[in-house]
Amino acid sequence: MDRIMALHTPLTDEICESLRSGDRVLLTGKIYTARDTAHQRILDAIRAGNPLPFPLSGEIIFYAGPTPAKPGAPIGSIGPTTSGRMDRFAPKLLELGLKGMIGKGKRTPEVREAICRFKGVYFGAVGGIAALMAKCVQSAAWVAYEDLGPEGVMRLDVAELPLVVINDSHGGDLYEEAIDRYRQQPLLADSD
Amino acid sequence: MTKVREISCPFVTEAVKRLFLEANTSLGEDVLDALYRARETERSDLGRYVLDQILENAAVAEKWKVPLCQDTGFSVVFLEVGQDVHVVDGDLYEAVREGIRLAYAEGYLRKSVCDPLSRTNTKDNLPAVIYTDIVPGDRLKIVAMPKGGGSENMSGTSMLVPAAGYEGIKRYVVERVQAAGSNPCPPVIVGVGIGGTIEQSALLAKKALLRPVGKPNDRDERLELLEREILEEINKLGIGPQGYGGIVTALAVHVEMMPCHIASLPVSVNIQCHVARHREALL
Repeated sequence: MDRIMALHTPLTDEICESLRSGDRVLLTGKIYTARDTAHQRILDAIRAGNPLPFPLSGEIIFYAGPTPAKPGAPIGSIGPTTSGRMDRFAPKLLELGLKGMIGKGKRTPEVREAICRFKGVYFGAVGGIAALMAKCVQSAAWVAYEDLGPEGVMRLDVAELPLVVINDSHGGDLYEEAIDRYRQQPLLADSD
Repeated sequence: MTKVREISCPFVTEAVKRLFLEANTSLGEDVLDALYRARETERSDLGRYVLDQILENAAVAEKWKVPLCQDTGFSVVFLEVGQDVHVVDGDLYEAVREGIRLAYAEGYLRKSVCDPLSRTNTKDNLPAVIYTDIVPGDRLKIVAMPKGGGSENMSGTSMLVPAAGYEGIKRYVVERVQAAGSNPCPPVIVGVGIGGTIEQSALLAKKALLRPVGKPNDRDERLELLEREILEEINKLGIGPQGYGGIVTALAVHVEMMPCHIASLPVSVNIQCHVARHREALL
């Protein structure tokens, strides 16, 4: 097993440079949820020169849309959605200071390159353990786009959120490295 | 003359509501058994770590009656209506929809349905996809299947040429799972539908996911072999739990088949994440 690192937000260049693909991370601090439509609105705001729902510098976006909170609970079940759908937006946000992304699934070469250039990090969260992950969320508050329901932007205070580094700022990619290690047959060429 | 049995719509609504609530918070014994076996089999440390978390999550969700996954799915319902059933006190489909509406509101489930173009949420997880079969008898069987979007997105259909044959089918299915990689939350269950028409093959693939996990197709020994061979090849891909590497990429492959046109060989792959949720009731 690779290292287990305790991290606190906000992230810095130095913190990101210290991370390597395959590291297990327990993340504590403040993160923001945003998925498809929220990303589109943030990019529209950037293009129009309008204020952003939260300052991006040093922050982390969790690609997630939780279930509604039951009375008395800070949040419902929460977990990652597929990051690839946000690939078209991610390089611009990294350029503007975003440091981390949490999701599941592989990223495009453009996103991986932006992670290296702007010293960011892409964390994987395990999909389908949303009841367990909710226990790491201490509080949640609306930040923007409440009309989008589960797709709106919320600020979460998390304690020891379990993550794994997928793409680091040195070009490491856990998905590729792991498959190389465990593959027992040649990759199929895509015949589509 | 055969006596007609009456089934009241409010009774249907109550059953549908209960099935969606249970499916979203409680994992079936067959899925749990398959996950425990995977935990024994998996060789990668990160893979075992993921499987431990998946099993712990199932226990937490069961105990606190909270959703296993934040994606509480698009609502798919299979109805088998006995031809001697007379539905009374309302509209059968509306009764099903009301059950879904209540489950998603009262159960604090996520409403994950929107207009395809404006992306405006419909706010009650409706409409649902409802399939109806008319069968002999005087019972009504209801199967509730909340289907997650991440694994559905990695599914696909191909109209293969008949010459592609057995090996071509195998290759297409393994290729789909390889291309899906970590996206559909492996370890996955792979539903495969062969034959029929384009939409029938997809429906067969979805129905294949309702079978208890790992139970072989016992109606055609060729398919039992095909299921084993595809599973073996998928688990050589190295993707592993969550794509973190390992030898358990799929828990099972289920194949359903029917005859097709002499010119065709439709094959559909419906991928199901490890949170394989479905519940049924017989009224």
